Amino acid sequence: MSAYVVRRVISMIILLLLLTLVVFILFSLLPTDPARLTCGKGCTPEVLIANRHRLGLDLPVVQQYWEFMKGLFVGRIYAVDSPSPVVCNAPCLGYSFKRGEEVLVLIKDRLPATIWLALGAFILWLAAGISFGIYAALRRGRWQDKTVMGISLAGYSLPSFFLGLMAIFFIIIRLQLLPYPSYVSPFENPIQFFQTMLLPWIVLAILYAAFYMRLTRNQMLEVLGEDYIRTARAKGLPERIVIRKHALRAGLTPIVTAAGLDLAGLLGGAIITESIFSLPGLGSLAVNSVNDADLPVIVGITLVTATFIIVANLIVDLLYAVIDPRVRLV
Amino acid sequence: MADTANSQRPFLEVSNLSVQFPTEDGIVRAVDGVSFTIERGKTLAIVGESGSGKSVTAQAVMGLINKRNADVSGEVIFDGEDLVAMSDEGLRKLRGNKMAMIFQDPMSSLHPFYRIGDQLTEAVNAHEKVSKASARDRAIEMLHKVGIPAPAKRFDDYPHQFSGGMRQRVMIAMALINSPALLIADEPTTALDVTVQAQIIELISQLQREFDTAVILITHDLGIVADVADEVAVMYGARVVESGNVDDIFYHPQMPYTLGLLASIPRLNQVHSDRLDPIPGNPPSPLRLPAGCVFNPRCVYQDRVTGELCQTQRPILEDVGAGHQVRCHLPATERQAVAEVVLSALGRSGA
Repeated sequence: MSAYVVRRVISMIILLLLLTLVVFILFSLLPTDPARLTCGKGCTPEVLIANRHRLGLDLPVVQQYWEFMKGLFVGRIYAVDSPSPVVCNAPCLGYSFKRGEEVLVLIKDRLPATIWLALGAFILWLAAGISFGIYAALRRGRWQDKTVMGISLAGYSLPSFFLGLMAIFFIIIRLQLLPYPSYVSPFENPIQFFQTMLLPWIVLAILYAAFYMRLTRNQMLEVLGEDYIRTARAKGLPERIVIRKHALRAGLTPIVTAAGLDLAGLLGGAIITESIFSLPGLGSLAVNSVNDADLPVIVGITLVTATFIIVANLIVDLLYAVIDPRVRLV
Repeated sequence: MADTANSQRPFLEVSNLSVQFPTEDGIVRAVDGVSFTIERGKTLAIVGESGSGKSVTAQAVMGLINKRNADVSGEVIFDGEDLVAMSDEGLRKLRGNKMAMIFQDPMSSLHPFYRIGDQLTEAVNAHEKVSKASARDRAIEMLHKVGIPAPAKRFDDYPHQFSGGMRQRVMIAMALINSPALLIADEPTTALDVTVQAQIIELISQLQREFDTAVILITHDLGIVADVADEVAVMYGARVVESGNVDDIFYHPQMPYTLGLLASIPRLNQVHSDRLDPIPGNPPSPLRLPAGCVFNPRCVYQDRVTGELCQTQRPILEDVGAGHQVRCHLPATERQAVAEVVLSALGRSGA
C-alpha cells in the first residue's frame, strides 16, 4: 500500500512537470507579447526591450523553462545585475507580469474563496443528489421517481450563469432576502460569509446535484437487482439496512469517483459562478491572467489545479480499496 | 415448535398459490394455482425446466416477491399463519429466522464488500439481541458445522477468498444459523462442480436431520431428487402437473411431461448408440401460456385423447393414488400403458 502511494506520488510529480512544459510551449506559440501589455501607452522600443529583458522573455523558451524549474525547486533571484535584486524562495512560481506580485501569494489569496465555494457546494450536492437518487430508485417508475428525474433534467439543462443571474435578480434585488454578495473570510464575519456564499453554493450545487441524482438512482437500481441484495432480504434484515448497508455501499464506487474528480475540478476555480457573484477565487484570477497573457500566473494556476485533480485521483483510488476489499493496489 | 392448535394441519400448506406480474407486454403468470404440503424433517423437491415457476413459487413462500410489482394470491399456511396475508414486517421477522433460503449462485449471493463473519452475525442480529461475542461464537460454530476448515480464521475473510463450494457452505451456514424450521434451497448445486454438488446435498440432508428442518429443494437434477426427496412436485408452465412421493414419480409416473423428464436423464448403463430422448419443442412463454393443457404443444401422446380436449380444456389435477396427483387428459389406462412403454425402454419395470 505505501509502496503503491510512493509510486503514485512519483508519477504524479513527473506528470506535473510535463504539464508545466506543455503550458510553456503553448504560451510561447501565443501571438500576444506580454512585454507590450506591461508597457502602457507611451511605449518606446527601448522600454519594450527593457521590459522583455526584465520579464525574462528575451531568453529562449527552453531557458525560460529552466529558470522556472530552478525557481520551483531551489528558489530564484530576479534582476541579479541591478542594485536591488529580488529574492524569490522555493517553491517560486515567479512574479505576475501584470500585477508585479508573487504568483504564490496571488494564488494563496484567491484559494480560500474557491475552496469554500467548492466545499459548500460539494456537501450540498452530495446530500441532495444521493438522497434524491436513492428516493427515486426506491420508487422507480412511480410519480416520485418521474418528478425527481424531471427536476434533475431541468437542473442539468439550466446553465449556471442563468440560474445565478436569476437568483441575484429575484432573491437579492427584488425580494431583498440577502445583501449584495461581498466575500469575507468566515473567521472574520461568519454571517456575512454565509449570506454571500449561500446563493453561489446553491447555484453551483444544483448543476452537480442533477447529475448525482441520476447517477445514484441508476447505480441503486442496478445494485438492488443483485443476488446479494436478495440474500440480505432473505436473512430478514430490515429494508433500511438492506438499502443503506448493502445496496448503497455497493453502488458507491462510481459516485466516489465522480465526486472526487468533480470536487478537484472545482478547486481549480468555478469560473462562471465566481464571476457572477464576484467571488475573489482562482477561477476569476485564471480568466484575468489569460486575458493579460500573464504566463507565470497561468502556469501557477495550472499547476495548482492539476495537483488537485491528480491528488483527487490518488485519493479516489485509495478509497476504492477501502470500499471494495477485492481491489488490490499494485 | 409446532403449534398444537394446528397439529392436524401440515407444517407448510401451500394452496392455490398464484403469482402474476403485470408487465408492458401483458400479464406474466409465473405461478398458477400451485398447491403442495410439507412436514418437518421431510424434503419436497420441486422439479421443472427453467421458467416453469419453481423459483417464483419459492420466493413467494419466503415473501420475497415485492407486492408492489406483483399480484400474489392463494394461501401459504406456515405453522398456522398465512404468509400471503401477512404484513411485510411480519414476513421479515420470519425470514432468516423460522424460514430460510439458499440460492443458486454462491458467487453472487454473498455481498462482496463484507467479511463472511459480518454477514453471518448480521443474520443472527437481525432476529435476536445477542452480544457481539456470542454472535461470533455462533457464526464460527456454524461455519464449523458446514465444514469450513479453520472457521475462526476464515470468519474474517471476504467472499472472494472462498471457492464456489465453500461459498455455498457459507450460504448454508447463514441460512441455518437461526435453526429455521423451513429451508428452501433454490438450485443449490447448479452453479457448482459435480464433485462438490454431492457434498453440498449431503450437507443439507445432514443438517436437515440435525435441525428437523422441512426442506423444499428446487432443482432440475432428477438424480438429486431420487437421492433426497420424499415428495416431488413436477412443475410445467407455472402449474404443478404431477405430484406424489418419490416412488410415485420415479416408478409410477403418469404425466407425459414427467415421462419426458425421466427419459432425458443421461444414464451410465446406456448403450453408446442410444441418443438421449429430449422433450421436443421449448417451454411456453409465461406471457402466452397455451390454451387447454399447457403441455399440449410438446406432448407426443395427445392424439390418444379424443377430440380437442388437450387444446381447449385445462386438465385438473386429479388424484390417481394416495397422495399421487396428475394433471392430464389421457385416460388412466392410456397413461399407465404409455408409462409402461417409456419405463421399460429406460430399463426399469413400471410395476
